[in-house]
Amino acid sequence: MTLQLDDKGELRHFLTTEGVPRALLTRILDTAESFSAVIEKSVKKVPLLRGRTVVNLFFEASTRTRTTFELAAKRLSADVLNVNVATTAVKGESLLDMLRNLEAMQADMFVVRHAESGTAEYIARHVREGVAVLNAGDGQHAHPTQAMLDAFTIRKEKGDFEPLRVAIVGDILHSRVARSQIHALNGLGVGEVRVIAPRTLLPRHVETLGVQVYHDMERGLADVDVIIMLRLQRERMAGALLPSEHEYYRLYGLTERKLRFAKPDAIVMHPGPINRGVEIDSAVADGPQSVILRQVTNGIAVRMAVMSMTLGAYRQQREDEEEGA
Amino acid sequence: MTRVELRGGRLVDPASGTDAVTDVFIEDGRVEAVGERPKGFDGATLIDATGQVVCPGLVDLAARPREPGREHKADIRSESYAAVAGGITTLVCPPDTSPVLDTASVAELIHRRAEETGAARIVPAGALTLGLDGEHLTEMAALRDAGCCAVSDGGRPVADSLVLRRALEYAATQDLPVMLTPSDPWLSRHGCVHEGHVATRLGLTGIPEAAETAALGRDLALVAQVGARVHFGRLSSATGVARLRQARRDALPVSADVAVHQFFLTEMDVSGFDSNAHVQPPLRTAADRDALRQAVADGAVEVICSDHQPHDRDAKDGPLVDTEPGISGLDTLLALLLRLVDEGVMDLSDALACVTVNPARALGLDAGRLEPGAPADITVFDPDRVWYVTPEQMRSRGKNTPFRDWELTGRVTHTLVNGRHFDTSDR
Repeated sequence: MTLQLDDKGELRHFLTTEGVPRALLTRILDTAESFSAVIEKSVKKVPLLRGRTVVNLFFEASTRTRTTFELAAKRLSADVLNVNVATTAVKGESLLDMLRNLEAMQADMFVVRHAESGTAEYIARHVREGVAVLNAGDGQHAHPTQAMLDAFTIRKEKGDFEPLRVAIVGDILHSRVARSQIHALNGLGVGEVRVIAPRTLLPRHVETLGVQVYHDMERGLADVDVIIMLRLQRERMAGALLPSEHEYYRLYGLTERKLRFAKPDAIVMHPGPINRGVEIDSAVADGPQSVILRQVTNGIAVRMAVMSMTLGAYRQQREDEEEGA
Repeated sequence: MTRVELRGGRLVDPASGTDAVTDVFIEDGRVEAVGERPKGFDGATLIDATGQVVCPGLVDLAARPREPGREHKADIRSESYAAVAGGITTLVCPPDTSPVLDTASVAELIHRRAEETGAARIVPAGALTLGLDGEHLTEMAALRDAGCCAVSDGGRPVADSLVLRRALEYAATQDLPVMLTPSDPWLSRHGCVHEGHVATRLGLTGIPEAAETAALGRDLALVAQVGARVHFGRLSSATGVARLRQARRDALPVSADVAVHQFFLTEMDVSGFDSNAHVQPPLRTAADRDALRQAVADGAVEVICSDHQPHDRDAKDGPLVDTEPGISGLDTLLALLLRLVDEGVMDLSDALACVTVNPARALGLDAGRLEPGAPADITVFDPDRVWYVTPEQMRSRGKNTPFRDWELTGRVTHTLVNGRHFDTSDR
């Protein structure tokens, strides 16, 4: 995917974790590391994006993701505009017309979430030179910042990626998060990425993404260091994908009993929002092995990293510092 | 009395097995003679076809001129001229117009507009069911009398098997061939690309091959029961072709076509969310593409069509899922066909048969042959002329092609429709 990289191999947009070189993935994590120190300070702001305008363009309702992007932008001192697209779209304005109008307001970055796969790429192809597009989730395709914050969390908790076994459990078929996680974790050199789900929730040829496929929790979780649980949408019962929540929970819900199949020090992750009693038991979600809330905190640092990198601000500052020294 | 003489071209007429350098003499819209000049044949318009191929005008079994109803995309005038420029003299137009081609008056409207334009012939295929609703039969005898060459599901398969059975029976009673596009409506629901590794990577809902084979299986069972003449349109998969092959071995009265783009593109062509490669049925795997090539090579599939679907810019502009499927194919049909010849899939005569005599035979059209007495629908093309596909220069109003910048060989220089001469060489 060269659309998101410039000719120097730097991030111009962040649309997908697929095909991103390991060095660049690592640099995103390192940059996030430096920002996580900022967040812990009492004055949680840096002036990197002062005077820049970030537009949150959310075509799908999402409080949590939008909030963390907003917070990340504000900590970088950017001006933030939240566009309520759900109501605008009703007027029949085309995506492109809306974009042109927002560009005319001198936006420097669009953070886009949309229900259709490929929307972020489409927008990235149509923005002016120098305007960055961050994919905050497009259909079932990609959610790269979520995947990077998960990788960031794993590195913080577990260190090196190479020896790790990671299992992603649940609705892989409909999950943009899973796709981005698989590409990011493989890109970072994780030893083994597994998916665990019934066949109705796995896309065809899922193994071509670079995963081992399991249909059974006991075998799939054996010797695993990281368990990532995915949210199960209730509407999946309607499409004949699953018989009932009850049976799903019995087979794939993460309980303390099933958690014991994994390594004793395995961590439990979830991109949220969690469905307690559907894919995960409260005792596990709130238990000692859960890092779910830490993921949320890490999300801000990772988004600050990607925002500053795509707008070249971070690079600029580094260069200035090197010149000064 | 209008006379045209085509001199010195390589005449390739698959219907008669002719492949020789010779002259063709045309008078009053008919082929008067081939080879020897008829007595008293003078005052003719002379076309020098030296070094060029002369063949029957192409017959395209699936082309949508978008009129009536979607004239913002294209119309009969623009598309019948584009057809002629591409060497296509007969367009069979599916019934999914607006209003649906389910009454004689819509068929008459199309005929009238085509006649006013006076370029390619347009033969409408009437709807199998009213409004393509899949429930109520159309007045097929009236449609036939209004010039419909067949009745068709218009790309919207009839879900109810009993309705389809009745429709086949009734069409057979009226001696009308039936055109079906095999696709199970449930298995293909919400799908926009082949269900394969590209769909998995891009997070797009796929259409499995089973959508085609399940529908074909049902349709073939009904054909075996009813005995109607059925032409299957737009086969896309290796397993689909295998089903058809077996049906032909069982001597069922069926034929089939493949859209020409299926021989050159695969699911990989959508991997950058390219909406120009968004088609229905979808582009499948390289193995499917190779099986389709094999099928036209050995005659299991005997018709190749453009599946022409011109679109306005907005229809193809947006995230892939939100765009309309279809390729504008009139401009590239012949040159892509010649590429199949170049790549050794078929010889020239067999390839031309797939766009002339075979489609004509499938629907019983008086077209697709070049012998004395036949309608003077003739295409002359320069088989060595190299050109590059430039959407802006395409003659169709639809510029939606996935073949942008492809180097193709073979360009139409003259087309005759009913003896009327169109010089297309000035491009």
